Amino acid sequence: MPVCQVNGQEVEFDAGMTVLQVCEQAGVEVPRFCYHERLSVAGNCRMCLVEVKPGPPKPAASCALPAGDGMEIFTDSEMVRSARNGVMEFLLINHPLDCPICDQGGECDLQDQAVAYGRDGSRFEENKRAVKEKYMGPLINTIMTRCIHCTRCVRFSTEVGGVTDMGLLNRGESAEISTLERAVSSELSANVIDLCPVGALTSKPYAFNARPWELKKTETIDVLDAVGSNIRVDARGNEVLRVLPRLNEDVNEEWISDKTRYACDGLKNQRLDRAYVRGTDGKLKPASWDEAFAAVKDKLSGLKGDEIGAIAGDQVDVESMYALKELMNSLGSENTDCRQDGAKLDNSVRASYLFNTTIAGIEEADALLIVGANPRWEAPIINARIRKRWLTGQMQVGVIGETLRLTYDYSYLGAGTDSLKQVADGKADFAKVLKDAKNPMIIVGSGALSREDGAAILAAAKKIADNTGMITDEWNGFNVLHTAASRVGGLDIGFVPGKSGKSVADMTAGSVKAVYLLDADEINTEALKDTFVVYQGHHGDKAAHVADVILPGSAYTEKSGTYVNTEGRVQVSKRAVFAPGEAKEDWAILRALSEVLGKTLPYNSLAELRIALRKDFPHMAEVDATPTATWGDFGTSGDMSSDVFASPIENFYMTCAISRSSETMAKCTQDIILNAKAAEGEATGTNG
Amino acid sequence: MLQDKDRMFTNLYGYHPWNLKDAMKRGAWDGTKALLEKGRDWIVEEMKASGLRGRGGAGFPTGLKWSFMPKDVEGPVYLVVNADESEPGTCKDREIMRNDPHILLEGCLLAAHAIGATAVYIYIRGEFVYEASVLEGAVKEAYDAGLIGKNACKSGYDCDIFVHRGAGAYICGEETALIESLEGKKGQPRLKPPFPAMAGLYGRPTTVNNVESIASAPAILKRGADWFKGFGRENNHGTKLFCISGHVNKPCNIEEEMSIPLKELLEKHCGGVRGGWDNLLAVIPGGSSVPLLPKHICDDVLMDYDALREHTSGLGTAAVIVMDKSTDVVEAIARLSYFYKHESCGQCTPCREGTGWMWRMMERMVRGDATVEQIDMLWEVTKQIEGKTICALGDAAAWPIQGLIRHFRPELEKRIMEARKIAKSAA
Repeated sequence: MPVCQVNGQEVEFDAGMTVLQVCEQAGVEVPRFCYHERLSVAGNCRMCLVEVKPGPPKPAASCALPAGDGMEIFTDSEMVRSARNGVMEFLLINHPLDCPICDQGGECDLQDQAVAYGRDGSRFEENKRAVKEKYMGPLINTIMTRCIHCTRCVRFSTEVGGVTDMGLLNRGESAEISTLERAVSSELSANVIDLCPVGALTSKPYAFNARPWELKKTETIDVLDAVGSNIRVDARGNEVLRVLPRLNEDVNEEWISDKTRYACDGLKNQRLDRAYVRGTDGKLKPASWDEAFAAVKDKLSGLKGDEIGAIAGDQVDVESMYALKELMNSLGSENTDCRQDGAKLDNSVRASYLFNTTIAGIEEADALLIVGANPRWEAPIINARIRKRWLTGQMQVGVIGETLRLTYDYSYLGAGTDSLKQVADGKADFAKVLKDAKNPMIIVGSGALSREDGAAILAAAKKIADNTGMITDEWNGFNVLHTAASRVGGLDIGFVPGKSGKSVADMTAGSVKAVYLLDADEINTEALKDTFVVYQGHHGDKAAHVADVILPGSAYTEKSGTYVNTEGRVQVSKRAVFAPGEAKEDWAILRALSEVLGKTLPYNSLAELRIALRKDFPHMAEVDATPTATWGDFGTSGDMSSDVFASPIENFYMTCAISRSSETMAKCTQDIILNAKAAEGEATGTNG
Repeated sequence: MLQDKDRMFTNLYGYHPWNLKDAMKRGAWDGTKALLEKGRDWIVEEMKASGLRGRGGAGFPTGLKWSFMPKDVEGPVYLVVNADESEPGTCKDREIMRNDPHILLEGCLLAAHAIGATAVYIYIRGEFVYEASVLEGAVKEAYDAGLIGKNACKSGYDCDIFVHRGAGAYICGEETALIESLEGKKGQPRLKPPFPAMAGLYGRPTTVNNVESIASAPAILKRGADWFKGFGRENNHGTKLFCISGHVNKPCNIEEEMSIPLKELLEKHCGGVRGGWDNLLAVIPGGSSVPLLPKHICDDVLMDYDALREHTSGLGTAAVIVMDKSTDVVEAIARLSYFYKHESCGQCTPCREGTGWMWRMMERMVRGDATVEQIDMLWEVTKQIEGKTICALGDAAAWPIQGLIRHFRPELEKRIMEARKIAKSAA
């Protein structure tokens, strides 16, 4: 191992490391603005200058300089001190002194480093540069006068986001970051706000709301897609003000999607904060918890077990589903289902419904077939990983389904099951690509599995996996990409119809007399007129309108719960705030109701419920562990219809009750999706 | 004084047509095939032995640069000719391309062979419209005559030459910014290392040379390294184009021996300084980016890399800008500061922010609207830029001001005092 000296201290390092990385390894702090470990090296801020011997008698940018054996590095010599001092002065001469009104205050790299490396006053007597504000969409607020031109945002959107919307215009001191007055079209765009080391790009919905030190920070898990991004929820009082990403190399690295970040204002609108019961006049009337429970008991006590059903929604925690399943079973019902979209997945083989490769595992794959999924909208974080791998030039991608605007090039194999069949039979060229690859993988989306012929498609996908060597002792290339955060957890605990049980499609078609909707909104409610509907959830969305009894539950920020992401990774969320009004945590509502129904569930606290859950399903205790599942036999081969695959998501920004209630998501829909559609119309000349 | 027989650029003034037929009469493309057949090692050694230092300004030995190119590489290797001549005061490459393009092309072929290049790109400054059309005409002639292209000069060596026009940015004369621009990107310098010899154009090994360096190669190889070495002092050999502008009686371009005394250069070729030698105020000896020299140094300084460096200036591109005593030297340097502020690419902090700050301070110095302490501050700011930037534009912006303060500080102080006096009497 090569050795060098940092300030006289000997440090061993891996060949290929930069001087800055070596300094970090030695525990020596090197200030920087433009350098970011997940982006390409720009070397333009010049803050990380260090003295290096042997070398020219001038300081070198440590972020870009490869460390060499026997090198002597100095980070606090006179040369380095004066260089940093000078660079800091240059950064500050045109930076406004508006920290008191700047949203970055308190979490600003420039502020922090100015204290450490700046001089006490300004020598700049000239007028400061002023830059006109820019429009970058409904999420990013710009005060470009504050920009220090580190180009982190440009590099992020180009490299990670995969869009070329941002760039540096003009040159010299007239240089400006710009998107040409358009919204950034990436689903990850708002990460530039975190990356911006100054207050040039700040959060628009959060503007002038709070100072970072006023916020209570809760480290939890996101549920707006099935990725299970690690997030931090910042709240003041009982109000969630913002959501930020948390580092997890295995899941989301340090990015989150714009929906994860900004749907949180939907937690304030359309909330169910008290119970309701439908009166004889057909109108919902406010009710107390006792009245609501009594109404449920009234109706259910006259029904047989198989006349009652339960559907779990897309964001329900495992504990609540477990409690509901127990309750339904004790009422004699096997009609439980967590697959709102009707995905033809069963829980007999765990590997059949997991993203087995794991998200981090994508970086080892060298061929990828996407079937009936749009990763860019269904899981932007996974899409970013695919792009990251693709950028290395070591992975080929093929797509069967819609023609997508992905952030990487792909070979388009076809729209529907015919193309899938060809690959499965080894007739398509891409089958050879998969076969020749060392680590091939397939991603099957819910757009393919939620069709009538989903089981046959699953079987075809399995055939591809088996035939092209996707399954070995070290590698499992078979992946199902879910869109619902609760799905894998629900399948894990068997929240699916029992032997004679009814599925979502049956239940919503009126085959049961009473249905218990646990936060389930993405179902067809039209045929539920004659069914007694109990809705337990947090938003007055689609299903609440047809409910006969509404029990106010809590959203994901308001309860602690176990979630299993699409990889099968078990993660536990934490409560950041309390549910509004009289709303309660979901498991507690079910526990209370069970007592009223005379089938008391045997746990008096969440801890006791968790113990019971983990006793029945031991893997639920393996929190944050890298998931593994053994291969088995699944899928039912059969005829496949020739319909083309379609992604279940029509609008990335509105996919659940929370995001549909979010003002910010509505603005994104208008500015990014609808405007883009309108512009396309103009381009083709079909709008007259 | 250089004799006519020793001139490399025999049609510098365009007295004869530039076309292939006339160029061949002057000796262009004569025996090129034989030179190519001597092999790339011979060419590199001969160039090394000649002591030719890069004519673009930095003065890096050309033969040594060529020898850095990796041998036996798979795939393309490039020679890029830097014809983005934009340094204020410099107009030597322009004359070569305008009047003698074929020696440049012959040089390209020899240099390309020496480094094993598969293609040559000549990146010509956007403003050189006429020169670009001449050059393109010459390239066509050379292709038609089989001198370049497949089996160039029947030597069995394939070499394509392309002319690429820039869009008029000074920074694109910096070799890595030029490469970026050639690749179709924004002209911003790259971080070094890696140097172009390792990863240059399209990530391939690349040598970037100035027009004059390349155009010198045919004469050196034909006449031998010893001939070239016979001119100039040790370590500063050869003949060189000098571009003399400003307050001389006859501004001109002239090919002269290296190490010629500055006074001799001005008196012999330019008819002397306007109003006599004693009317001289200062000279910028190597293009706008080198520090100026006051008269007492100009009296006996030699025009070569080392002599000028001893006086904390530099030969640069040998663009001699002469200023007589009618010149407002502060305003002259302030104008140069504006140029660098305007041409800074904006990539790295010290140059982006510093050039604007320096220019504004220089504007105040012109009016005397400053304090004496601010002269020291200005000096300090130039030192904060120098050596801290990605490319040399930061240095180039700092040096003229350093030269001004070094040699003309009393003038700056005088203005501040005068401005104060006027302000006091007005009050």
